[in-house]
Amino acid sequence: MGDVLIMNEIDATANRLGIDLLQVDLDSIQLPPGEDLGIISDDEDVYEDDDQEVESGFGNIIVVDNLPVVPKEKFEKLEGVIRKIYSQIGVIKEDGLWMPVDPETQKSLGYCFIEYNTPQEAELAKEKTNGYKLDRAHIFAVNMFDDFDKFMKVPDEWAPPEHKPYTPGENLQKWLTDEKARDQFVIRSGTDTEVLWNDARHLKPEPVYKRSYWTESFVQWSPLGTYLATVHRQGAAVWGGANTFNRLMRYAHPQVKLIDFSPGEKYLVTYSSHEPSNPRDANRVVINIFDVRTGKVMRDFKGSADEFAVGGTGGVAGVSWPVFRWGGGKDKYFAKLGKNMISVYETESFTLIDKKSLKVENVMDFSWSPTDPIISLFVPELGGGNQPARVSLVQIPSKEELRQKNLFSVSDCKMYWQSSGDYLAVKVDRYTKTKKSTYTGFELFRIKERDIPIEVLELDNKNDKIIAFAWEPKGHRFAVIHGDSPRPDISFYSMRTAQHAGRVSKLTTLKGKQANALFWSPSGRFIVLAGLKGFNGQLEFYNVDELETMATAEHFMATDVEWDPTGRYVATAVTSVHEMENGFNIWSFNGKLLYRTLKDHFFQFLWRPRPPSFLTPEKEEEIAKNLKKYSKKYEAEDQDVSMQLSEQEREKRRSLKNEWEKKISEWKRLHEEEKMERQMLRDGEASDEEEEYEAKEVEVEEVLDVTEEVEE
Amino acid sequence: MTLITGSADQTAKLWNVETGAQLFTFNFDSPARSVDFAVGDKLAVITTDPFMELNSAIHVKRIAGDPADQSGESVLILKGPQGRINRAVWGPLNRTIISAGEDAIVRIWDTETGKLLKESDKETGHKKTITSLAKAADGSHFLTGSLDKSAKLWDARTLELIKTYVTERPVNAVTMSPLLDHVVLGGGQDASAVTTTDHRAGKFEAKFFDKILQEEIGGVKGHFGPINALAFNPDGKSSIRSYLFFVI
Repeated sequence: MGDVLIMNEIDATANRLGIDLLQVDLDSIQLPPGEDLGIISDDEDVYEDDDQEVESGFGNIIVVDNLPVVPKEKFEKLEGVIRKIYSQIGVIKEDGLWMPVDPETQKSLGYCFIEYNTPQEAELAKEKTNGYKLDRAHIFAVNMFDDFDKFMKVPDEWAPPEHKPYTPGENLQKWLTDEKARDQFVIRSGTDTEVLWNDARHLKPEPVYKRSYWTESFVQWSPLGTYLATVHRQGAAVWGGANTFNRLMRYAHPQVKLIDFSPGEKYLVTYSSHEPSNPRDANRVVINIFDVRTGKVMRDFKGSADEFAVGGTGGVAGVSWPVFRWGGGKDKYFAKLGKNMISVYETESFTLIDKKSLKVENVMDFSWSPTDPIISLFVPELGGGNQPARVSLVQIPSKEELRQKNLFSVSDCKMYWQSSGDYLAVKVDRYTKTKKSTYTGFELFRIKERDIPIEVLELDNKNDKIIAFAWEPKGHRFAVIHGDSPRPDISFYSMRTAQHAGRVSKLTTLKGKQANALFWSPSGRFIVLAGLKGFNGQLEFYNVDELETMATAEHFMATDVEWDPTGRYVATAVTSVHEMENGFNIWSFNGKLLYRTLKDHFFQFLWRPRPPSFLTPEKEEEIAKNLKKYSKKYEAEDQDVSMQLSEQEREKRRSLKNEWEKKISEWKRLHEEEKMERQMLRDGEASDEEEEYEAKEVEVEEVLDVTEEVEE
Repeated sequence: MTLITGSADQTAKLWNVETGAQLFTFNFDSPARSVDFAVGDKLAVITTDPFMELNSAIHVKRIAGDPADQSGESVLILKGPQGRINRAVWGPLNRTIISAGEDAIVRIWDTETGKLLKESDKETGHKKTITSLAKAADGSHFLTGSLDKSAKLWDARTLELIKTYVTERPVNAVTMSPLLDHVVLGGGQDASAVTTTDHRAGKFEAKFFDKILQEEIGGVKGHFGPINALAFNPDGKSSIRSYLFFVI
């Protein structure tokens, strides 16, 4: 990672200076007190064999070479110049600047050591000043002090690497071949993390793997479900396997806070934020991009939080994650929003496309198409209306603008891509003529059609506030929650009409719903209209094909709603945000509660994602047509299982009742034995009967009705 | 017929049920909480709360046939449990005293020697304060309710844990039907939290469980406050519930 200093250069420098590297006694260098000298604490044993992790105590020292060789008179001046340059980057420790002097010539040796308080400052200084031209003859060569040690260890002769025998890896996709076609999910409660099968037939979860303290903060699945990632103080790790979860790889990143996988699971992006040595500066951000399989760092990004927190969504607290958004399919590109630019990188070389960012003055937000290498971006209004706001579609890597639309009187804008990349909806908030309030409309782009036609849509009541918007996955419909009242309306639209395939049309409006969130099934057609937060967990399972409600239910105080990747089941959960009733419920797609599990201190519920189906669209259609034939087999299996369940239930009840009978007769016996003694305690009164109750069956006749039939 | 009552005024009193007259007052140094007559009514057990530096305790008093002969002396004082002792009752034949309280442990004491005979197991026993205890009619087993959202059924002689009933709410009161194999749990939230939450959040219900199968049969809703006491009408057909509620 970072710069590479060629061995020859070190040799050359050493020769020039008359230093025999092998004779240099590094130990003679004084260390400031208080360094931990690389003593590993007990809980760092996870990473103990990583050379990079050992803190030598020299991690905040850099060596600046190629300085001018000056006589004693000019020492102070040179030192002053160097100090000025390097104190801009960080705080140089007291007595941290040392320019060694040649004892014979009394001139400076041409290099110096600078020590900062933190390794981060030292690294930043190295990056920023390496190659700095002091003057034509002196270009700084800056290295981490620790690197010298590393390079000295490189053997003089190259020996070919050892040939390791091939060990076949485990089938990481094995879970997809479950005979019962079940899906897995991971839950975190208290200190435990558990992976379980959703066994809907047996109406309960079946454990796969459980571990306490598996992660130090949260867990996250990779996008295709192959790995489960855990986050620790020293970095992240991924786990997976055929039947259990083994640690497959780990990624060193001290104090990592957030992670993100590329959609194809090839890369893992990790993020950390560190306090600056000067409290008035912004935090220091470190982002690493690792190759998931090999653990190698492909690229790192370091800088101030200001550079990463651009755009309307950044917020005071820091960056909006993920900073790098992936696009173009097959993990080809990743892009970051910058000041007046979008930096698009490609993963062949991990550098900017065309070696430069896409310059877009005042760009506020951008979004990738989920399927194609196209970026949609939004530039807000400028100059008090002189330059209108606009939305543009840009092709990558050509950077050619495919479509553009100017928008007037815009106060804000949000972009929503449909999952197959067929449509883009841009929600536009506009000022009214008086500029006192806003009204909302949608610009709908038909991406796959020639010339990308744009259609404008306004709600029936255009003053309605938009509370939520969601495209039907893989479909041509979308749902909008709108309105100001405590019970907003929900409208469904289609991008097609019966008469005119190219026109958006409204399907229906559901009035006065207790909902503030939309959850479409991943296969479309069905949707859960949820009332979370203030609505305390209202759920409506709605069929959008038939435009009718399938079921209404409630999961009191639910905080999360998630469809399983197949669209068969819905999980709702109450996480520890709420004090009581933590746990999750599993529902069928049409709103039937299958089972519930209570777990105190519940933090996460995540379904394990599935990779896309290998079936061709034709094959899928064939199965849908012949569903009856295929489902016969499963129906028979379901019947068997439910019969088995009843039999098991009956057995259980029988044995419980038997055990109880035994206990009762034992107690009765003892009670009888003790009868005499009890009577004595009561001074001879035999009042046992007062305790006992008799159950008598009494037949009660109630006259329900009297009718008289009169015969004519 | 005599009634015994315990009070936070640091006394326990004997009353004549027919006339309502106070017969005798036992004085303590801390609030008296739970009271129970022994078989034959010649002995009573009274628990006192921890107060200032005083620990909680279980007092056994002899009850005289003639109130005039009544003495305030304790025949036996048992100490040891931490925190409040919420209930203490007599075991079969008065040979033992069973106590339960804030430290979540059920204890069986020998009445004659005052020795601790048995303690419930920490692993399988309750995990939080035991709020309530109800004996079966014949005294052979008893039910405990706890803030750990469960109730447990124990053998009164061996302290064997026989059944556990799990619910979603802390349990404040328990009772057993004298006729049918039903167990009723009442609960909700602590009174201090009541006014700050939606009535559904407290979900103040009385829940009926099948005593043998440990499964919930049904519930009775409609309370505005947590249920603190339950009792079956002796004919077993209905129960009364006492609850706490606030009218604003």
